[in-house]
Amino acid sequence: MDEVVELEIPARLEFVALARLLVSSFAASTAVLPEDRIDDLKIAVSEACTNAIEAHGAADTAERVLVRCRDADEHLEVLIEDRGAGFDLAKLPDHPPVTDPERLNFERGLGIPLIRALVDDVEFSSSSEGTAVKLVMHHGDADN
Amino acid sequence: MRVALEEEPSMDLGLDVTEREGWAILAVRGEVDVYTAPRFRERLIELVSQGHHRILVDLEGVDFLDSTGLGVLVGGLKRVRSHDGELALVCTQRRILKVFEITGLTKVFSIHETVDDALAA
Repeated sequence: MDEVVELEIPARLEFVALARLLVSSFAASTAVLPEDRIDDLKIAVSEACTNAIEAHGAADTAERVLVRCRDADEHLEVLIEDRGAGFDLAKLPDHPPVTDPERLNFERGLGIPLIRALVDDVEFSSSSEGTAVKLVMHHGDADN
Repeated sequence: MRVALEEEPSMDLGLDVTEREGWAILAVRGEVDVYTAPRFRERLIELVSQGHHRILVDLEGVDFLDSTGLGVLVGGLKRVRSHDGELALVCTQRRILKVFEITGLTKVFSIHETVDDALAA
């Protein structure tokens, strides 16, 4: 049977650390990922929770952000679900490459590329009622 | 399923400044995320406004850093460059270096293994 743990966090920035801690503790307890992959997942969770909490701030909603961890047969997944106003992935601003001096004008815009690079699969589903980000890590050798 | 949290979440961010050979060395300790990054940003802005335009950020004590922390460093680099200055990093931790590699920022920042190496560069 799949193991599932859920946490609802207040949409405040200080709770991003708690979401990271939950996910890393869950991943460690299931012993399905090596330590460096848990570190990767922690960063992806941090990025997704940051976006979720900021979306709640922009939408001025007091609802909580859901973080759900599930260990399935061959993968571990983390769902981060918010009730913000949603966003269109295709319409995210395109920043200059990092080697372009103009890139220094943008402190943001690195979160979603980091998520994509650090997890094995990611799904974004967004509507005007909120956004769900599903992060998937395939099981690996936890002793590595 | 019950999950025991492995540690207490830490909100502490250490930001200690020393000066050596014309450089301000900012040693960062703790987790740099969206909650703690504003303090990091303010400290860098403060250093630049005090006239420190050669800043070495020592990341060896950092346990976690995400894109918000990268953004603070990018902003710091922009500020010192506007004064013809430099912002270099000390970092040997694989998990921290990885985020610089993925984002291409290893091409933007000068990253050293020790403070002494950075000052000698």
